[in-house]
Amino acid sequence: MLGVNVRRPATGKPPSRTTSAFRRRVVFGGLVVLALILITVSFRKPDDGPVASAQSAATAVLRPFTIAGERVAQPFRDVYGWADSLLTARSDAKRLRAENAALRQQVIQNQFAANENDKLKALLAFRDGPRFPGDYTGLAASVIARPTGGFAQDVVVAVGSKDGVAVDAPVVTEDGFLGRVTRVYSHSARVTLLTDEQLAVSALDVKTAASGIVKHGRASASTLIFDRVPKKLEVSVGDTIVTAGWRSSKLASLYPRGIPIGRVTSVGQADTDLWKQVQVQPFADFDRVDAVLVLVRKKGANP
Amino acid sequence: MSVGNGLKIAVLVFLVSIMQVSAFSSIRIDGAAPDLLLVTLVSVALLRGSITGAVTGFLAGLVVDVATLGTLGLTSLLLTLAGYWAGRYGETTGRGRPHAPLVATVVATVFVELGGYCLDALLGGPVGVRAVLLALPAAVIWNALLAYPVFALVRKLIGSTERVERAREVELLV
Repeated sequence: MLGVNVRRPATGKPPSRTTSAFRRRVVFGGLVVLALILITVSFRKPDDGPVASAQSAATAVLRPFTIAGERVAQPFRDVYGWADSLLTARSDAKRLRAENAALRQQVIQNQFAANENDKLKALLAFRDGPRFPGDYTGLAASVIARPTGGFAQDVVVAVGSKDGVAVDAPVVTEDGFLGRVTRVYSHSARVTLLTDEQLAVSALDVKTAASGIVKHGRASASTLIFDRVPKKLEVSVGDTIVTAGWRSSKLASLYPRGIPIGRVTSVGQADTDLWKQVQVQPFADFDRVDAVLVLVRKKGANP
Repeated sequence: MSVGNGLKIAVLVFLVSIMQVSAFSSIRIDGAAPDLLLVTLVSVALLRGSITGAVTGFLAGLVVDVATLGTLGLTSLLLTLAGYWAGRYGETTGRGRPHAPLVATVVATVFVELGGYCLDALLGGPVGVRAVLLALPAAVIWNALLAYPVFALVRKLIGSTERVERAREVELLV
């Protein structure tokens, strides 16, 4: 259009767009280089030097602001934490319940292990003590099974014929006589307890030497009776009853002499009876048998 | 850019930097925290251009590095690059596009997270790449959620008119 006043760019002056791009690149490049220099210096001398000093001073200046920011943000953070805990409470509870169950199981197992350890220690002490019969070796064994029937008076122990266990081997605990082996397998054996109706053991009163037979009681499974004791012999409440371990010319008792059986709790006699009526409280707890000693006769010992 | 506007941006970014290091960094979900500073920087860069973005990123990074007693310049470098790129994106491809804040925020987040890991690894940092990759999606989601609200707030605070270069002269060809 003619007659319009038009400004033309001066010769040699770069257009404005080029100037802007150049300025942009210079600023950007300068900032990147500056950042790289800062990184290098700060990384090489993080604790001393001018950059570290400047950073330290700047940190001191910023400190009030960060503290203020922290205080301002604290209520919001609390709200967030509360909301977050509500959202995660369900999964947390589930996880904690599972952990609790696992820990409870572990505590039970530890308790079992501790109890078993105590009992095995007591058995070992008994085996090494003076009460243990000299002609026998004691095989410590855990009880691995109990019959399910309420009237069964047997337990299964974790030693068998491979360990030298034979049928009729006496079985004791650290407290006293328990029963005898009635069935043997290679790695396990069944022990019939003294409380079983089929089992009886010849015994004597340590104090008076009155002899008789100890067998299951009629009143309860945990009480024994000291039977076949002649009226003329003396037995008192509190006397200790032990295995008799008798021996004749051809026969011998299955059980060694002197294994504690129990303590006399009552003594009576009727005019019509031939024998005394003696009740014995066993030393061994037949209801809680966890570990036993199976007595195996030593080689060369007198039968 | 006027001095008043520059001051506004400086105060805004300074306050956001302080809030970032004292508050937002501790809100972690799936290993990632919302990066309000980065989102604010992207918004400023989109509204004010690449030079403002780069300078703002450099200064904001400096504040963060000082406040967190980190290696000086590390965050500055990352935020300078992020601010510059976001500014260039806003000046060119993303100009006037409604999705620009979201795209710029997501790209900047991925760049800053991965770039931060690379720089940290170069300097012998202990962070494993697995942890970074696992936290990356959460970081992207956090920042993407913040992108539009923060962009709107920043535009309200600093305006958006200055970015367009005004024609200072008219050239007529006769």
